[in-house]
Amino acid sequence: MSSPGFETFTRNIRNLPRNLKESLFRHGSTTSDRSRSQAVFSNLFLHVHATRVHKRTLRFNTTMAMGMASLALFLILTGTGILLMVYYKPGIDQAYDSIKDIHYVVPTGRFIRNIHRWAAHLMVVTVILHLCRVFYTASYKKPREFNWLLGLGLFIITLALSFSGYLLPWDQLAFWAITIGSNIAGSPTEFTDALGITSWFDPGSFSKELLLGASEVGQEALLRFYLLHCIVLPLALTVLLAVHFWRIRKDGGLGRPEATPTSAGKGADDKPVPAPPSAAPGKSYGLMCVVRDRTPAVNLDPAETVPSWPCLLRAELLVFVFTMLLCVVLGLAFDAPLKEPANPDVPENPAKAPWYFLGIQEMTSYSGFMGGMIIPMIIILGLGLIPFLDREKEKVGVYFSGKPGKVVALKSLIMAAILVIAAVAVPVNFGWLRNWFPDVNQLFVIFVNPGTLLTAAYAAWSIYVLRRTQSTRLAAMALFTCFIVGFVIMTIVGTYLRGPNWDFYWSQADWPAH
Amino acid sequence: MPARLAPEEIPRRDFLGLAGMAAAGLAIFGSIIGMARLTKLSVLPEEGKKVRIGHPDDYPRGSETMLKRQKILILSRDEGIAALSLICTHLGCVVSKAEEGFSCPCHGSKFGPEGAVLAGPAPRALRWLPVSMAVDGRLVVDGKGEVPAGTFYAA
Repeated sequence: MSSPGFETFTRNIRNLPRNLKESLFRHGSTTSDRSRSQAVFSNLFLHVHATRVHKRTLRFNTTMAMGMASLALFLILTGTGILLMVYYKPGIDQAYDSIKDIHYVVPTGRFIRNIHRWAAHLMVVTVILHLCRVFYTASYKKPREFNWLLGLGLFIITLALSFSGYLLPWDQLAFWAITIGSNIAGSPTEFTDALGITSWFDPGSFSKELLLGASEVGQEALLRFYLLHCIVLPLALTVLLAVHFWRIRKDGGLGRPEATPTSAGKGADDKPVPAPPSAAPGKSYGLMCVVRDRTPAVNLDPAETVPSWPCLLRAELLVFVFTMLLCVVLGLAFDAPLKEPANPDVPENPAKAPWYFLGIQEMTSYSGFMGGMIIPMIIILGLGLIPFLDREKEKVGVYFSGKPGKVVALKSLIMAAILVIAAVAVPVNFGWLRNWFPDVNQLFVIFVNPGTLLTAAYAAWSIYVLRRTQSTRLAAMALFTCFIVGFVIMTIVGTYLRGPNWDFYWSQADWPAH
Repeated sequence: MPARLAPEEIPRRDFLGLAGMAAAGLAIFGSIIGMARLTKLSVLPEEGKKVRIGHPDDYPRGSETMLKRQKILILSRDEGIAALSLICTHLGCVVSKAEEGFSCPCHGSKFGPEGAVLAGPAPRALRWLPVSMAVDGRLVVDGKGEVPAGTFYAA
């Protein structure tokens, strides 16, 4: 029985658990900073992190944790979304009922759907706040221009994901919001009609039919939105997200001020630089830290950095847990809305898009083509150009780039608020072109309306700041602040101050009964 | 002689390599276009837009009848019968009757009793639809067509 072959075999069986473990974790037990760094360096999932991060990176004020929170929300949305797909049926006769089933019959269904809904809203908020943080700390500057563009792409996909999910319950709210949305995609027809060229050049109907698979919202549209919401957009988001994270690391971590202070964080100790690990096998930290950006100050940066494992991973876990907690609390406290089933014959009055599009809806109430299509395009284009038009080098990583920036931002805030309130108030109180000149040409209505004038005024203000300060950074700050203020106030107006027939009401209590 | 006029000879190997790459690129591009073609329908899956609305006698002179399902308003006057589309020309909501004319619940466009734009963002008046009579004597409204405002079908 005791042949050598058999002994080898039994020994291999005995050693199976250990060998399995060794093949899985190539670096032995992670008992020291060094071995943990090796693990971060060589693990596919961990190596989007640098092995060591600057202490500044981990301070809450540096990032407000908004990017990480967005990722956490995306993961929560993916998880709850897959669970919802177990019961959801994308057919116009079944969709509404299946949501009702999820809400009332499926165990934990209501809770999961609530979390999905609130996480989606939160993700729009965190992505916008992340955009603001990156802008105001000037973290889009060289070499991070491309990552800014990726971020914009992610912002657009986030909105598209939210919007496509909006149709799926197939209730009144969903149906009419998507009807309006798809007609915005078709609004170039308004412009081509005014020029009289629609019969042979009709990009409006083309894009609308591509989106809906029909000329009205129906079964084809529901299926297409389902496909977009569950497959196409999440895939696109995942790919862009991977590149986005990779670039953060390759562009040298988070942007930080030029003269890296030795007091890297509150409570940073002035310990002398630790001696390099002696007789270190394998790679040294130095090699693992190589990225673009400025050369690490000799004998200084290692003391300023901490190992990603455990410090960064712990921070990430904390953000994730907190985000999860917030979603759970919201999901327990508030039910996701579900109105009556979609009725293509009678629109909701008022029919409102999801809140983050109400600013755009307010603009489309001046002109569908300009407000729903051209102005958003100008905004996206303007945001995308920022890192290429503002290439000043100093003041990366400091909020508002210091004192002058704060002053400009504050002035822009006041200016932008006055302008946007005027843009809403004038038509409400005095009417607009069509009320003054009933026979006005449609081209005037398209191009001269409160939305376009507001956009032009914001651009003019930014150019004024540029001439006054001779700083492209401050001009960009003026423009970005105007955009954010305009977005917020328009959204508030659309959400709270617009009632039936999109008329202006100070409070919902004043809405006429109907 | 400028280099432009006497270009460097490209080695045959490089040329064939480039040509191969270009062919592969074209093939991939072409197949993507071909695949994208799938998403654009040549026939839209929806009900016909020509609807039969009954006999002219169903619409007494001076009456206005709202056909909710078809989103059409039938005007019956001394001149004849006309059909007005109730789909807002702005962003496709269904307009409702107001004190005078129609108003759109979505973005506040207001239309006169015959569809002219009075206020709001609507780019044009409500559409007047062609009315005709089928051989069985029933009226047919073509929801896709359009006739000038004020066109009545005299039955």
